[in-house]
Amino acid sequence: MSFQAVMSQVMLGLNNGVFYAMLSLGLAVIFGLLNIVNFVHGALYMLGAYVALLGFTRLGPLVGLPDYQMNFWVALVAAPLVVGALGMAIERTMLRRIRKFDHLYGLLLTFGLALILQGVFTNYFNVSGDPYEGKPEIFNGAVNLGFMFFPKYRIFAILASLAVCFATWFVIERTKLGSYLRAGTENPELVKAFGVNVPLMITLTYGFGVGLAALAGVLAAPIYSVSPVMGSEMIITVFAVVVIGGMGSIMGSIVTGLLLGMVEGFTKVVYAPASSTVIFLIMVIVLLVKPAGLFGKEA
Amino acid sequence: MNRLAWILLLAAGLAAPFAVYPVFMMKLLCFALFALAFNLLLGYTGLLSFGHAAFFGGAAYVTGHLVKHAGLTPELGILSGTLFAAALGWVVGSLAIRRQGIYFAMVTLALAQIVYFLALKLPFTGGEDGLQGIPRGFLFGVIDLQRHYAVAGKSLGLNLYYFVFALFCLGFWIVHRTIHSPFGQVLKAIRENEARALSLGYRVERFKLIAFVISSALAGMAGATKSIVFQLASLTDVSWHTSGEVVLMTLLGGVGTVLGPVAGAFTVVTLQSELSFVGPWITVIIGGIFVVCVLVFRRGFVGELGRILKRAL
Repeated sequence: MSFQAVMSQVMLGLNNGVFYAMLSLGLAVIFGLLNIVNFVHGALYMLGAYVALLGFTRLGPLVGLPDYQMNFWVALVAAPLVVGALGMAIERTMLRRIRKFDHLYGLLLTFGLALILQGVFTNYFNVSGDPYEGKPEIFNGAVNLGFMFFPKYRIFAILASLAVCFATWFVIERTKLGSYLRAGTENPELVKAFGVNVPLMITLTYGFGVGLAALAGVLAAPIYSVSPVMGSEMIITVFAVVVIGGMGSIMGSIVTGLLLGMVEGFTKVVYAPASSTVIFLIMVIVLLVKPAGLFGKEA
Repeated sequence: MNRLAWILLLAAGLAAPFAVYPVFMMKLLCFALFALAFNLLLGYTGLLSFGHAAFFGGAAYVTGHLVKHAGLTPELGILSGTLFAAALGWVVGSLAIRRQGIYFAMVTLALAQIVYFLALKLPFTGGEDGLQGIPRGFLFGVIDLQRHYAVAGKSLGLNLYYFVFALFCLGFWIVHRTIHSPFGQVLKAIRENEARALSLGYRVERFKLIAFVISSALAGMAGATKSIVFQLASLTDVSWHTSGEVVLMTLLGGVGTVLGPVAGAFTVVTLQSELSFVGPWITVIIGGIFVVCVLVFRRGFVGELGRILKRAL
């Protein structure tokens, strides 16, 4: 077990970690305001990746421009917008109607939506996945980090995700807009009384949260193969991340996501067969030692 | 429900293999038992487990392995699977009840995923292929469960059917007794208001755990029986899809009703077999039913019927 082997796996793990962070961040934001565990989050992450993939391979011929291939940078903007819009439609037409019921119904409804999305894509695409070929040329090659050569694209994905995570944290914790959001999480009725349009805020928050998932999907597309089941595999791990970190804190979900990604990478070097379950095992330990989660505020 | 209704249902169960293909009927009974077990938690204790496939499938593997390789008789195999599921339920339950509400669902889902990985990786589970060719064997070492009888020109495996039906009745009776016992009343109190039950002096955690263990044991019994009927334990049995399906069966039939899970399981399993021609689209249909159920049909069939008849079913 050389230092290089450990470090390279930890770096690859960090790459997973930024996606965990981005997804659990979205879940936390949505849970805070809507009190819904968004099971469809993983499916929307997958949808984001497919917007990039299909934009690159199928969109042009479909609209009569056979040579058009949606650029990676365009996808990076388009996917969150498309998925965010879909999310807002879901919130308006469905989630809103069950707000007054037990929040278990929110989980069940979004689970149903996840099945629908995954089912539709399973019908048209191969479960083993398709590669995304639209990676910009400037990301070809690798950078020498001293202990390893790390692909340029992965460095970009890590930095971009971190930037998005911290920007989100800054907006929520340090701006006026964020203060409305935090107040809405604490007491929506009172915030409404102050003249803030809470229903609109909820719709936008949901759209933003799932937009983050789509963005993570686009960033993941050049690294992993794009497949209909990429979301369901992801969401279960992210749920464990969320249980470990607790959904009460924005920074908590970011840090937990990053750390767990690296731990997962580290486990690959130490004992590879355990790498797919290590996050769940950590969850067990956290439940035994600190049941409310590392950053949880639950009584 | 009055005595006459119960006798009619029992008679229908006894007569069913002469009208419906027995293997299909046994599948219905296995999933109905699974949903009954699940409903004991969701409907009567207010706990949403999203990992019940771990008990269903875990028991299927244990039973399959013991019957196939250790030569256990089917009833001992099913008993072993059930005990395994109870023990697993004790472990999972102890961990999961440390968190409330929505976190409970996520913890059970994540823990079930560990079981899924084990089923994929352990040497005796057959990986992607699952455990195949599990023998049905001889009940108590004497009654041949493979034996078919010629009835009205059809060849029916009645021994196996009545064995499965007896197990289903046993499971149903256990659930029914649990719900209508003082213990069950405490569970309902916890469901309605956990803090109040606690302040009345009930050790809520212990009640929840016992309910969880009973529920997982019965889910295990359903899975173990299924592995004998289909002679197969597969990854599907332990996957989150199966955990989701049992939620749907209960929701569709009516959460917190005695007969709801049975009606829900019958509906979902029948839909799956009748609509098998649509192929993978079935997932989309199941998802759609989920959405419709949550939006406009939260009481389920039996719940709605009970509301119309103004009585608890």
